[in-house]
Amino acid sequence: METKETKVKKEKVPRQNMPEQDPKKRIRNFEEVPLGYSEKTAIIEAKRCIQCKNPGCVRGCPVDVKIPEFIQQIAEGRFIEAALKLKETNGLPAVCGRVCPQEDQCEKECILGKKGEPVAIGRLERFAADYERNSGKISIPPAVKPNGKKVAVAGAGPSGLTIAGDLVKLGYDVTIYEALHKAGGVLVYGIPEFRLPKAIVEAEVEYLRKLGVKIETNFVIGRTKTIDELFADGFDAVFIGVGAGAPVFMNIPGENLGDIYSANEYLTRSNLMKAYLFPEYDTPIVRGKKVAVVGGGNVAMDSVRTALRLGAERAMIIYRRTGVEMPARQEEVHHAKEEGVEFLMLTNPLEYIGNSLGRVIGMKCIRMELGEPDASGRRSPVPIKGSEFVMDVDTVVVAVGTMANPIIPATTPNLHTNKWGYISTHDASGLTSRKGIYAGGDIVTGSATVILAMGAGRKAANAIHEYLSGK
Amino acid sequence: MNKIIEKASLSENIVKMVLESPVIAKKRKAGQFIILKINEKGERIPLTIVDSDVQKGTITIIFQIVGKTTAQLAALNVGDSLQDLQGPLGHPTEIAHYGRVVCIGGGVGVGVVYPVIVALKKAGNEVISIIGSRTKASLILEKEIRENSDRLIVTTDDGSYGIHGFVSSVFEQEVLDKGEHVDRVFTIGPVPMMVAVCKITKLHRIKTIVSLNSIMVDATGMCGACRVNVAGKTKFTCVDGPEFDGHDVDFDLLSDRLRMYCDMEREAYEKHKCGCDGN
Repeated sequence: METKETKVKKEKVPRQNMPEQDPKKRIRNFEEVPLGYSEKTAIIEAKRCIQCKNPGCVRGCPVDVKIPEFIQQIAEGRFIEAALKLKETNGLPAVCGRVCPQEDQCEKECILGKKGEPVAIGRLERFAADYERNSGKISIPPAVKPNGKKVAVAGAGPSGLTIAGDLVKLGYDVTIYEALHKAGGVLVYGIPEFRLPKAIVEAEVEYLRKLGVKIETNFVIGRTKTIDELFADGFDAVFIGVGAGAPVFMNIPGENLGDIYSANEYLTRSNLMKAYLFPEYDTPIVRGKKVAVVGGGNVAMDSVRTALRLGAERAMIIYRRTGVEMPARQEEVHHAKEEGVEFLMLTNPLEYIGNSLGRVIGMKCIRMELGEPDASGRRSPVPIKGSEFVMDVDTVVVAVGTMANPIIPATTPNLHTNKWGYISTHDASGLTSRKGIYAGGDIVTGSATVILAMGAGRKAANAIHEYLSGK
Repeated sequence: MNKIIEKASLSENIVKMVLESPVIAKKRKAGQFIILKINEKGERIPLTIVDSDVQKGTITIIFQIVGKTTAQLAALNVGDSLQDLQGPLGHPTEIAHYGRVVCIGGGVGVGVVYPVIVALKKAGNEVISIIGSRTKASLILEKEIRENSDRLIVTTDDGSYGIHGFVSSVFEQEVLDKGEHVDRVFTIGPVPMMVAVCKITKLHRIKTIVSLNSIMVDATGMCGACRVNVAGKTKFTCVDGPEFDGHDVDFDLLSDRLRMYCDMEREAYEKHKCGCDGN
């Protein structure tokens, strides 16, 4: 147990800040905003960790990263070893260190956070993973003896990549089938370059390939082959990790006008297709001057900050509740504000107005106020009568959520789904209504976080291993 | 993977390619399409699967050179490979024994209607095919369609071959005005052509299926770029279609959305033609 004395002593060193690109400069480029710790800063920060014997931080991590151990290694300057320690339980540390909401997970449980600021676990994780990658000395664990069993994974997003990494280390012959032309799921099409450089995702996917995971891109499960055809091909188990990738629209008048995008389309064009580099890259994207992004989650923040970088003069968040209820990470909201994003709170679109060419030129909104708390305790926004107004916009991005894509349930007999179309599972192991078929991540829970999807992949890996070991 | 096995020029700006893709060849059905991407910097474009050969493991596509990507594609040669080929996508055409069906194709849409004709004929329908093009030189697949139809009517806009006129009016004159009963119509081609056909068939209360050519990005239902309005509801062409009941489609919206990137498409094509995009 740590004594009160040591606590006081450690508190003297403040949590180390991470340098960032200047907001004025960064809104003109797509380069990463936070620049990462230097070796010196990483060591100072790592030394703040008091090495609890019963660490809360590990309990707060959905994939049980050995946090005190890897931080100790950083504190001692053994950076490569720290990276290897991370990879024992986390196949994507450079990603998680960047996009996990640590404030709700590992760092929330850090004992230093009770009285001061928690150890910057995410920044240290990122540092170690980046150090290893930049060193060019990425080591691959020795190949495992094949156990002769084959597992197919539908979807190369965070849950699929995690389960594939876990199972290949247990000797399974694992093939990931990915619909798009690049692996990574939301990491490549959704999260922008300025938050998660695509080269990092590529490096982490490459690492999995070196571990022996096979990745077949351009392969749409349910269309190119169905799950039952995979079993006929000799697979012993299938994991479905296809996410909740279908966009939700509000079904209000004018929503299909030109220049109105789903956030998925806007971000896919920009991130996956690199439309921000048009015409060097072939995919076009509308570079609006007055861009309204509807929604208050991380996807809305990613979209509005993308709009700025594409040259918007006004980049606006339109959100029907207030800043307090906004589901986006505080850090992202802070970044967006620094960059000049306008926040129109308690505002909801009613209708889009188009010109004779069918392009959007305005949006009719209504002001809202917060009413009584609903059953879930959240205060529902209620429209204020007579407060309608029209705003000039030339581009709109709808970021009000996503839902399950129906292709797999529609082509897999007896695979049960709930009323929203998400795949039903028996328990946390991810077993579906069909023997040998497991599911995890957003296709089960609805839109959540990268790390929760990875945690679901980890649990399903254990369950599949148990199932196939007894077979 | 994705190797070009055969390439043929069907008309001045329409090209046929046979691509190696055993998995897609085995799986595909009439009405389905693929997405292809030529190289790392390329865009994803949808093209209908016109034919396939399961034994050889190949699929056939037919495309018109209309912009940068199709021009680049046309410039590739036998032995070259495409970086990405995804499919088969979309719902297959609903093939059944309808009785007498009329299949109407225009321009490069003739290539798209061809597999539907083949499948309908195989299902025992009496197939009347009406295909049209601007001039004789731009007409494609005449022989193949004749072989798979009970009757073929060819039209050209300039009268250089077949009947002088548009497929829609020729359909009216040559089939409906002669009192022939039609159980179902399939029509694929430029939007104005599909609009004209649907207007006629609506009057005659003949169910008419159209295949829509909306702008697509992923084509697996994740973005809604291809959204259309059908019977007052928003549908995604890539997963709900590409075929819909033509009498329910909001074609004005489709045309507007198809024009969204005109300027940028022109910019990319001009740069490509002058060779200053480095490709």
